[in-house]
Amino acid sequence: MSEILVLVEHVDGEVKKVTLELLTLARSLGTPAAVWAGPGITGDAKARLAEYGAEKIYVAGSEEIVGYVVAPKAELLAQLVAAKSPAAVLVAATAEGKEIAGRLAVKTDSGVITDAVGLGEGFVADQSIFGGGVNVQSKVRKGTPIVAVRPNSTAPEAAAGAGAEEEVSVSLSDGAKAAKIVERVKQEKGARPELTEAAIVVSGGRGVGSAENFSVIEGLADSLGAAVGASRAATDAGWYPHQFQVGQTGKTVSPQLYIAAGISGAIQHRAGMQTAKTIVAINKDPEAPIFELADYGVVGDLHQVVPQLTEEVDKRK
Amino acid sequence: MNIVVCVKQVPDTATERKLRSDDKTLDRDAVDGVVNELDEYAVEEALKLKEAHGGEVTVLSMGPGRATETIRKALAMGADKAVHLSDEALHGSDALSTSYAMAQVLKKIGFDLVILGSESTDARTGVLPAMLAERLGAPQLTLVNKVDVDGSSISVQRLTDYGFDKVEATLPAIVSVVEKINEPRYPSFKGIMAAKKKPVETLAIADAEIAADQVGLGAAWSEVVDFAAAPPRAAGTIVKDEGDGGAKAADFLAAKKFI
Repeated sequence: MSEILVLVEHVDGEVKKVTLELLTLARSLGTPAAVWAGPGITGDAKARLAEYGAEKIYVAGSEEIVGYVVAPKAELLAQLVAAKSPAAVLVAATAEGKEIAGRLAVKTDSGVITDAVGLGEGFVADQSIFGGGVNVQSKVRKGTPIVAVRPNSTAPEAAAGAGAEEEVSVSLSDGAKAAKIVERVKQEKGARPELTEAAIVVSGGRGVGSAENFSVIEGLADSLGAAVGASRAATDAGWYPHQFQVGQTGKTVSPQLYIAAGISGAIQHRAGMQTAKTIVAINKDPEAPIFELADYGVVGDLHQVVPQLTEEVDKRK
Repeated sequence: MNIVVCVKQVPDTATERKLRSDDKTLDRDAVDGVVNELDEYAVEEALKLKEAHGGEVTVLSMGPGRATETIRKALAMGADKAVHLSDEALHGSDALSTSYAMAQVLKKIGFDLVILGSESTDARTGVLPAMLAERLGAPQLTLVNKVDVDGSSISVQRLTDYGFDKVEATLPAIVSVVEKINEPRYPSFKGIMAAKKKPVETLAIADAEIAADQVGLGAAWSEVVDFAAAPPRAAGTIVKDEGDGGAKAADFLAAKKFI
């Protein structure tokens, strides 16, 4: 079977969950080969990639690859596409993942599909568009299919691969070194999982009422091991930082469980969360459109309901 | 500074958006067109940079004839002139074709800075700014919430999963902006009147040396195989909180094995 390149998402030497999902997906369509861009690969990371089916691990460990915005990673992948003729390239559909996919598509004269929520035979991808209103199947018809797959699209399953390491040296063009990263600023988000990757997301909206009251949302998130999100109304009001905004002009999440508290469910918000597998809504207004999406809804004051839910979750753990 | 700001007319997200059954492209006739929301932030940033550094702001839009409404809005906000790439042959272009066509126009009109919204609310691919950077060999300064220009140097803050990166480059460059970088101004009455007199140059593909076989539905690198309206979600259970709403929700989570 043909090789399928999977670009590894990693942070502080650790492989992110979405990469294990992509390897699982790649296994059903070909032979997964992981591509590690940048320094800092560890024995543990290699073991993890092999555990989830990577037959090969291409390691481009030069510092230069992560020293500039996006372009070096696209050059690395383009070089591997030329050398290995893979059947497809899979990346995570994060903001940066999609940008890498876009540049790679131009470089290799290949089609690109973004925000796939499923991928089947012939690399036909499932997408959910127009705020979740329309389901689309699409495929690439020129070049090597490049597909950006949303986190939480597949459940990761272990199945050992050989994990044979191969070093890759990339000679970056000057063009790839045009946008230099001079400083990385890490903003504290505590021990919570990352919003776009989290299996569970708890979001608060206008009904939360104030910045202080977001502690209620955070409390439930922490008892569930979830990430915290916010609606645009809440971030516009300055109650929660903008980078946690879920919606059309913010992040798109596709978790196993999404809990919306005090969120009415306008299209602006729905476009960012409608592909969640299970949706729970808590809102005072029984007419709120969010209840149309909810698998389970509680009509009530979130300031009563959410703390009680948190307490019950803690009790039953 | 010669700033080009790219704007796109998109269907109003408050209306129901559909694909056409014949060629599986967006049905633009069935809905009201509005300026892509993030593009308003791009226009505002362009105007602020012009106010601080001088120069000229040119609006660039690719789209059918009615996209002029969107162009006029950007002009009413304060942009100086516009280029409208409009040609039947462009209908159905995917991101690769669109980036190619726009890159051809940008090469023709020249730029120090190109500013775009980071994605459109219709296709939401978010790949166009990166593709333009690749095609034009210009630094990619995308997903930014802060831009500083000093002579020919530009520094930005690029949002990342962990916070942000500080990035430096030399002009000419491609910038895409996120919401919250600024607060877009409303066009004034005077601005709206002035916009009617500002020059809008309409280009067909041949005018920008865009090869016909590289654009449009026929050239697309990817295709929609099939589509259908998403089935409505099965009606959920809705309960009224009578002092036990949290506990009941916990029962549901337990039944679904989340706890």
